[in-house]
Amino acid sequence: MTIAVIHSGGANLGSVIHALNRLGAQSVLTRDPTEIRSADKVILPGVGAAAWAMNALREAGLVEVVRGLSQPVLGICLGLQLMFEHSEEGDADCLGVIPGTVGKMDVEAGLRLPHMGWNQLVWTDPDDPLARGLSGQEWFYFVHSFAAPIEHAAATSQHGQRFAAVVRKGNFAACQFHPEKSAAAGARLLANFLAH
Amino acid sequence: MVAVRLIPCLDVRDGRVVKGVRFRDHREMGDIVELAERYRDEGADELVFYDITASPQRRSVEVEWVEKVAAAIDIPFCVAGGIRDVATARAVLHAGADKVSVNSPALERPALISELAEAFGSQCVVVGIDSIREDRTLRVRQYTGDPDNMVDPRRDTEHWVEEVQRLGAGEIVLNCMDADGVRSGYDIDQLRHIRSLCRVPLIASGGAGEEGHFLDVFEQADVDGALAATVFHSGQIAIPDLKRWLAGRGIVTRC
Repeated sequence: MTIAVIHSGGANLGSVIHALNRLGAQSVLTRDPTEIRSADKVILPGVGAAAWAMNALREAGLVEVVRGLSQPVLGICLGLQLMFEHSEEGDADCLGVIPGTVGKMDVEAGLRLPHMGWNQLVWTDPDDPLARGLSGQEWFYFVHSFAAPIEHAAATSQHGQRFAAVVRKGNFAACQFHPEKSAAAGARLLANFLAH
Repeated sequence: MVAVRLIPCLDVRDGRVVKGVRFRDHREMGDIVELAERYRDEGADELVFYDITASPQRRSVEVEWVEKVAAAIDIPFCVAGGIRDVATARAVLHAGADKVSVNSPALERPALISELAEAFGSQCVVVGIDSIREDRTLRVRQYTGDPDNMVDPRRDTEHWVEEVQRLGAGEIVLNCMDADGVRSGYDIDQLRHIRSLCRVPLIASGGAGEEGHFLDVFEQADVDGALAATVFHSGQIAIPDLKRWLAGRGIVTRC
């Protein structure tokens, strides 16, 4: 199995590769369109701002490449947000493989932004392949200030508002948290992605 | 609901973990990767590696051990010490760190905070603040890793807390120097006061000596995480026991 991790210029690329290594999965960090198209699985990681990351994808000629992928794709953190049509962060047009707009999290007084730390999920679609072996009691590590709407969520989480923690549309799935940093629960979710 | 974070702090000197009392007399505690793995297994929510010699000696943090830690553990960790430009921060983050923490270099050149926030997003940018009581004020200290070269940057803690948030800090670690290493509890009054000025996550540092100190700081100062070194390194407090104990008292922990 070939796994392409898209070199989006973000900062947590090393962590994703390490996590895949720990699962015994070889991956290649790449921005080569041919390598990405021919991979069995594609991971779109990302840390940083949406507008900046979309520029990086555009400059690498990868916007249409990612949109056109038909194999399983997993977005991580900013990678989830980039899958939506638009992000309020830097007023950025994104990949648009999932309908909706990513917005700044709306938290009441006393709650902090960024939403940084370990939180739990409610699986709205417990049959999602990524949910296999996960009961909803597990904790996942989140770091973000913007969040996606819950219409296409397979799992939600809550920090003030409810937001999409896992989304899926066809072959495109993504998680707002960092599975590569979420201990055993995150490893399980990544293993689920590799297995299905 | 987001859980409070228990964060062992590993002070690093020459590639080994050390811990001193009131920033002096550093004793060796062990190998970085071994300790990191032990804490991951015990359920630490996050780790901070603080290169205590990098900043006073104006060295950068060495990326090799960052990479080794990132390959070994699957919980978030932050690297501090000697990060004074975007290029160094990028190297550390690319090596697998989740956040970089800046302290003395940010006092030298506050624009560093906004440069880092622009390059990586605020969520990657932690500002560490060493705060000391002086008469009735709270004052910032610089280069605390080397007591002989410690500097008074002539700043109030409150003003610095406001400024770093304006510049794009995504988290603040407040190290209360009067309490550090003494193990008689976190400086609740100071932390509660700073909490009221802090819209980003606030991590308490300095003073943990027993389980009750963690309960106090979460209940009374409403901090997002508590950092400690000696009580964890010595084995006096086991993280799984502490989490169960806190959970039994209504604190949301990742158990």
